[in-house]
Amino acid sequence: MEERELNQAIKPPTGSKGIPQWLKENLFNTWYNTILTCLAFLFLYFVLKGILIWIFTGAKWSVIPANLRLFMVGIYPSQETWRVWIVIYSLSALAGLSAGIWGGLIFRFALSIGGVGVILALLPFNLWTRVWILGMVVLLPGFFFLGRDRQGWRPWIVGGWLLSFPWTIGVLHGFGILPIVRTTSWGGLLLTLILAAVGIVVSFPLGVLLAIGRRSTLPVLKWVSTAYIETVRGVPLVAILYMAQNMLPIFLPDSAIFEIDKILRAMVGITFFSAAYMAENVRGGLQAIPKGQHEAARALGLSYSLTMLFIILPQALRSVIPAIVGQFIALFKDTSLVAIIGLLDLLGIAKSVLGNTEWLGLQAEVYLFVAVIYFVFSYSMSYVSRRIETALGVGKI
Amino acid sequence: MVAIENVPEDAIIICDDVHKWFDDFHVLKGVTATFKRGEKVVICGPSGSGKSTLIRTINRLETYQRGRIIVDGIELSDDLRNIELIRQEVGMVFQQFNLFPHLSALQNITLSPIWVRKMARSEAESMALGLLERVGIEEHAHKFPAQLSGGQQQRVAIARALAMEPKIMLFDEPTSALDPEMISEVLDVMRELAQSGMTMLVVTHEMGFAREVADRILFIDEGTIVEEAAPEVFFDNPQNERTQLFISQMLQH
Repeated sequence: MEERELNQAIKPPTGSKGIPQWLKENLFNTWYNTILTCLAFLFLYFVLKGILIWIFTGAKWSVIPANLRLFMVGIYPSQETWRVWIVIYSLSALAGLSAGIWGGLIFRFALSIGGVGVILALLPFNLWTRVWILGMVVLLPGFFFLGRDRQGWRPWIVGGWLLSFPWTIGVLHGFGILPIVRTTSWGGLLLTLILAAVGIVVSFPLGVLLAIGRRSTLPVLKWVSTAYIETVRGVPLVAILYMAQNMLPIFLPDSAIFEIDKILRAMVGITFFSAAYMAENVRGGLQAIPKGQHEAARALGLSYSLTMLFIILPQALRSVIPAIVGQFIALFKDTSLVAIIGLLDLLGIAKSVLGNTEWLGLQAEVYLFVAVIYFVFSYSMSYVSRRIETALGVGKI
Repeated sequence: MVAIENVPEDAIIICDDVHKWFDDFHVLKGVTATFKRGEKVVICGPSGSGKSTLIRTINRLETYQRGRIIVDGIELSDDLRNIELIRQEVGMVFQQFNLFPHLSALQNITLSPIWVRKMARSEAESMALGLLERVGIEEHAHKFPAQLSGGQQQRVAIARALAMEPKIMLFDEPTSALDPEMISEVLDVMRELAQSGMTMLVVTHEMGFAREVADRILFIDEGTIVEEAAPEVFFDNPQNERTQLFISQMLQH
């Protein structure tokens, strides 16, 4: 009898309580907390009421659908808009295939892109745009099923992603094969996304190299990397963008030959700026790797580069995913600074729409819309990063 | 450079008057020793005596400032290619195992054969499975280090070192970080390895293992070899008084 009692498993006390109990314990447990709670609710009520009334009755949302084209692609000629769709379709096809082949994480990612597509289709676009969007939503799962269990396609897909950059730029620009659309007409969300994507994809490897360089035992490499990182981190991005825009033409000898595209200059500025921060994030990860890992790798005869590639970097990068994604998000939002040097990215377009006499005084509507777009993209990145962390078990072990 | 005299023909490692400083601290004060092919040598001594540093200089995880070391006919120098050649011939097992936590047991073992020895993946994997069987944990081939016990991790580490088919194995306190009940499983693997004829240099405090397996025991204190003898002589009739003190302390428990 006694033994049975000893062996009997006792359930842990349940932590959950009813909502009234929780309210009583946390919000109304003393008289002054009761007063504070009531005041807070009153405050929230008035603020939310004001906001909701404004959103549903006061705001003149007509400014958004009327200028939606501008917000999305800037002054990209409307008869060439199909090229943007070609780009979106190729990327969706790649995303669908990758999701089918790798499954798991990428599947969720593709799913969220599809979800964003469905939401977009509900927005007040014109009929053709909705057809394009629905086409994309159908395309994504189609390619997902096509790519299922085709492990042999992996190298092709990776190659496809690598080629997707020149492909995107090529299709958008035309380069004479298609009618040329100068980058000066690229704008809106399209430009924001291109700037961010180029910045992220190029600054990441650059940052990794700089971080390794800063920890190198070769003095020249070490000092060059350190000097680069510290210089760039000491200068605001706006200053770098201004320099790229205004000072480069002064230094370069013949402006006719060396005329560099404005957008390219912005890309280079953003990338070089972000690389310095990326380097510091990666360096943090490198420092966290125990010395024993280097020693074990070297004792096995692995060279320095193989040790870095297979042992140190995979562990270091994994541990700093949160910081790196934070940097990606910051970069994405920082692209809005190009509006200051006259590029018509999402924020630049918003400013120029507001400059139109027809839409005077609608700052609140326009900026709220732009903010929501920035939020959707930033939050998606943050979400994907959390999923990756869970999948890779960051913070465990 | 002084010619090294009286070197036996079957010598595989020659240390000649090796000095090492960590900044101002003189760790190795002229160590001269020769290790023969197939010989099992246990190196012991109080902590901080330089015994770990000595075996770490042999595969150049530590540099030294004076003297020279010749491993299998190759003299250690700053030439990176020399060092990488020697490291392929010298396997090492660490106190803290130092397995790669992001790779499975199998991947830990196959990485170096595939990328350094340019072995085919399938060949490397079947060899790795054979080695895991040899150390008795083939059923854990696809587990990650964090899922293995300390003793299992250390056995994977031994298999990983053996995968490079080294001529010499260095053991740096292989059982010091283990829970007591796991020490014997690692020592069993090392015994088996010793019987197979491997040249082994073992830094350890396991005196029972030393007495049973070692051909020779080196006692190091304050950076010099104080005593060097066969196990029977070393344990039963130590000459130096520091050795006597050390042995009496080791045997007290």
